[in-house]
Formats: sequence, structure tokens, C-alpha cells
Amino acid sequence: MRTPRSLLAAFLMVGGLLALPAAAQDESPTPPSQNWSFDGIFGTPDLASAQRGFQVYSEVCSNCHAMHEMHYRDLTALGFTDAEVTAIASTFTVPQGTDDSGQPKEGPATPADQFRSPFPNEKAARAALNGALPPDLSLIINARPDGANYVYGILTGYAQPPADFKLQDGMNYDAYFPGHQIAMPQPLTDGRVTFTDGTPDTLSQEARDVVTFLYWTSNPETAERKAMGVRVILFLILLTGVTYAVKRKIWSDVH
Amino acid sequence: MAGLHKSDLPNPVLNWIDSRLPIITMMQKEYGVFPTPRNFNYFWNFGALAMVTLVIMIVTGIFLAMNYQPNTGLAFDSVQHIMRDVNYGWLIRYVHQNGASMFFVVTYVHIFRGLYYGSYKAPRELLWMLGVVILLLMMATAFMGYVLPWGQMSYWGATVITNLFSAFPWIGPKIVTLLWGGFSVDQPTLNRFFSLHYLLPFVLIGVVFLHVAALHIVGSNNPLGIEPQGPQDTLPFHPYYTSKDSVGVCVFLIVWAAFVFFAPNMLGDPNNFIPANPLQTPADIVPEWYFLPYYAILRSVPNKLLGVCFMFGSLLVLFVLPWLDTSRVRSARFRPTYRKLILLLVLSFLVLGYCGAHKPEGIYVILSRVAALYYFAHFLVILPILGKLERPLPLPESITQAVTGRPIEAVITGRPLESH
Repeated sequence: MRTPRSLLAAFLMVGGLLALPAAAQDESPTPPSQNWSFDGIFGTPDLASAQRGFQVYSEVCSNCHAMHEMHYRDLTALGFTDAEVTAIASTFTVPQGTDDSGQPKEGPATPADQFRSPFPNEKAARAALNGALPPDLSLIINARPDGANYVYGILTGYAQPPADFKLQDGMNYDAYFPGHQIAMPQPLTDGRVTFTDGTPDTLSQEARDVVTFLYWTSNPETAERKAMGVRVILFLILLTGVTYAVKRKIWSDVH
Repeated sequence: MAGLHKSDLPNPVLNWIDSRLPIITMMQKEYGVFPTPRNFNYFWNFGALAMVTLVIMIVTGIFLAMNYQPNTGLAFDSVQHIMRDVNYGWLIRYVHQNGASMFFVVTYVHIFRGLYYGSYKAPRELLWMLGVVILLLMMATAFMGYVLPWGQMSYWGATVITNLFSAFPWIGPKIVTLLWGGFSVDQPTLNRFFSLHYLLPFVLIGVVFLHVAALHIVGSNNPLGIEPQGPQDTLPFHPYYTSKDSVGVCVFLIVWAAFVFFAPNMLGDPNNFIPANPLQTPADIVPEWYFLPYYAILRSVPNKLLGVCFMFGSLLVLFVLPWLDTSRVRSARFRPTYRKLILLLVLSFLVLGYCGAHKPEGIYVILSRVAALYYFAHFLVILPILGKLERPLPLPESITQAVTGRPIEAVITGRPLESH
């Protein structure tokens, strides 16, 4: 299953417009597995890491990638206060319908607004980015097989191409991108973001934080879901025990 | 005038109602004292489990429909709206999404139960055939439900599956246009699929009612496959089987909850988190796991029309199964050869499912052809002949004798059952 899905991922990432040689798509290296805060039955996204990830997204990714399923109000679930969310939102300028003369109007975002999109539409994005279309990141972790490790692999996998590798114009070499040719230039490097909480700004830290943030945007219900799940399963096990005891008692006169 | 039903309920209000509409008497007769073979094993839970699943699917589905938009421009985002903004929307949706898989799991086990214990044989042919109708309706409903989130796999799955009908000469393209409501999968398709996805579960309830009604005329089969000969062979449905079904339901809900809370997207495809894009075909279009065996049959035949015929034929053959199986013995317990071959049928079904998930290349083509060949040979060749050749083991005299190991006379003369 992995091979075809990775091929598909490759296909989608280049937006179908940049025609890659078919042979180049055959390689689909598996990114190594990382330990994630949200792994396992009890794992939930590390909120401090996700907050830093939001900073990475805001300062770097959001220049090209939209997240149209997200609203600024959602950030309260990351631990930001209402006042902080209002302050964050107000730093972004978003379309706000039309003014009294019918002209399109813009203004500072409110917590109720969607995350600001870097481009008004797909054509504008492709025109600005040499034909490439950066995918919306709202659901990116769920939209790729083994999404968290995959995105982490892409972000940390930039390297010099091997001597015999033919890189097309405008493309970049990435060890974990299927086919190795990715239109996106290396987005994260050591020191690319200065974290406000003093966390070391290494590439791996930035990548880890932004993946944690993206996992949260893909699955914002994770913490509530897993906590409820533990209680539901424990209750059902108890109920099964009681029901089985009742059944045994009822059947005791038959066998 | 037929006059009032003579109700003997002590409560005056219930008595008044029951005299005019004897619904309480009916429930008492069909689910209270209903004589049920005393020797069911836990395989007999799965009908009840399917019933519970159907109800949960309808309830969650109704709440999803309150927030879903059957519009190509809005559908994907409306599903995310349910997941993110609607109170407990994620819970309702994950229950519904995984519920489809659970429904097929319990239904496939239920069908296996029927095959293994010969529940389709006289006088239960019509009961069985209604069950096949239920399976077909379930498949149509599940297929259309999968289209509604309007992700990449929704769109391309719908395109591939509806296009299958185009294989039929002359009428095929007309059927496809009718299904689409146009000349490609688009807004009219999504809109009618939503309408039908909401309608068919209620049709299902109707057919399930007939299925249960037919069951209550002929009575349940049992692991021995011999008919109860009297009250000593049966137990009242309540409390014996209500309590036993409750145990099964609890265990089943644990499995379901494990998926919903801890692996909600395990059975899904990552591609469906990408909005439908008619200009971009995924590299590999795969149906949901419960359709994979049929998908493998379709692809194991090099000719499209024949492939479609074999795929539908693999389901339609079930309709005539009661007449293909010439053995008079129901339960596989007493059919030594059939007992092995039915497991081979299960194996072929699993192999087909495994092959359906892979590209039809190399070993997968060979495997799926062998498995498909066995699947059809089992029904069309082996079962008619085996009934004549096989020498069944001796059947027990009665259910009670087989269960208690005592001669039937000792039981009938009133020795208490719990004495051993």
C-alpha cells in the first residue's frame, strides 16, 4: 500500500502541473519514525510545542500555504488566552466583504476569521510560484500516509543531490520526497525562527514543533477524544462484566 | 367488526391500548416468550449486532445530515465544520464513519454463520434471500455514503464504480448518465447520492422487518441444524437470549469504541482528506476494505463486461444458494468435507480482499484468479455435487439430547435440567 500512496503524494505535492519524469517517481524512501507527543493511546499534542509550531507556521509556512479550515478562535485550545488570540488575529489583514460603496474591503482579522490565506485563489498561487500550488495544510498530516513522519522527513530531508542526479530547473533535492524533486525551497534551517520561549532554534526543533502544530490542526479533538475513549472503554468493560454475570445467572438453570 | 383483542394485561392503561392495538401482546409473543433453540453459540449474536449497528448508523446519520451540505463546493468543508465546530461532531462522525466498517464486519460474520450452519436451507430460503437483499442495499448505501465527504477517493471511487455500468452494451451508458444526473460525477450526482443515502437505510429497516418476520415464521436454525422437537429444545427469547445478546453487544461496542477513540482513520484512506479534484486522478483508486474482494473479482477478469458480470454474479449467486446446495444436512458439524471447503471459501474471500488492495500486477493477478475461481466453483460446482457424494455424520436425535448427553425420554419425563 505504501508505494502507490507515496507516488500519489508525490503527484499531489507538485500540483500535477510540474511534469516529472515518470522514472523519478519510482523511488519513495520511507522517512524514519520519530517519537511524537501525540503517539499512543494516551498521547496528546504537546501544547508548548504546538504553540511554537504555530509561530513557525505564521513566520514561514503561511507565506505560501493556506489553512482554510482553521480559525483564529481555535487557538484558545492551544493554551492562548482570549486576549492573546484577539491580539494575534489583529496582526493579520483579511478580506472583510464589501464597504458601503460595494468595493472589496480589508481589515484586521478577528478571532472569528479563518486563517489568512497567502493567495486569493489557486491561479494567483501558481502564477506567483512558478506554477506550483502549495497544498492547504489544515489536514496535511491526515492526508499523507504516516503523515507526521512524512512531513518531518520532508522538512529535514533537504540535501545536496548526488552527483549523478539530474535536478530540473527550479526544483530542490529532498531525501524523503518521493522522486526527490520538490518545488518548495528548503523552508526551515537552523535559526530560521527565534522562539519566544527561548527554545533552541535548531532545524529539527522547528520541524518537530511545526509537525506537532499541524497534527493538532488535522486532529484538534485528539486530547478530548482519547480522554473520553479511556473512560468509555473502561465503562464498557465494566458493563460487559456485569452483563456477563447477569447472563450467567439467568442461564444457571439451563446448564 | 372484528371486536377488541382480549388483552390480559393488569395495567388498565396498557390493557386499554393493547385491546385496541395488541402491540404489547405481539412484542411479548415475538420477543418475550418466543421459543428459541436452547443451543445457540455466540455466532447467533451477530444478527442482533447488525440490528444495533443499523439503529446507531441511522441516529448518527440524522445528526450528521443536520450539518452536512450536499454541494460540491461546500461538502468537504461542511464535514470539517462537523469535525471542528459542531458540539461532539467529531464523535458523531467517527461513530458513523467507523460504523460502516463495523456493519460489514458483523454482517459478513452473520453470513458466514448462515453458510456454516446451513441456515439458508428449507424452509428458510426466503429468509436467506431477504438477507441477500439486505446485503445489496447495505452496499449501495455504504458506497453512496462514502461519496458524501467529497474527498479525492470519494470522487474517484464514485467515478470508477458508476462507470462499471457502462460496460453493459447499449443500455450501459444510459444507466451511467442516469446515475450521474449528467455527463460526469458532479453536483447532481452528489445531491442524489445524499438523497438516496438518507432514503436507503429506511428501506433497509423495511427489509430487515421482513427478514425478522420470516425468521419468526420458520424459527431460528441452530448449531446442530436440526429442528426443535418440543419445548424441551427451546428457551423463551427473554431473558435467555436478550441477556446473551447483551453480552455480545457490549463486547462489540468495545471494539467499535476502540476504533472511534483510538484509531478513527485507520480504516480510511489519506486521499479522502484531500478535497475532490476532477482534474487530478489519484495514482491508485482503492475502494473501502469491505468492497475489496468484489473489486479483486472485477479486476481478475481481463474483459470489462465479463468482470462486471462476475462481480455482480458473486453476489447474485447467493440468491440461488438454497437450491445449489443439494445436501439435506444443514450444519457443517455433520458434513466433514463441507466443513473444510467452507473454510476454503472464507480463505478465498480473504485472499480476494488482500489482492483487491494491491495493483493488479504479477502475483496478485494469479492469486485473485485462483481465489475467484474457487469462489464460483464452490457455489456452482462443488455444492451441487458434494450433496450427493458426501456421507454426513449421524445427526443427534434432538437438541436436548445433544446438549445434555441424556436420552430424550429422561428429559421429557420431567427431570429438572440443572441436575447434572
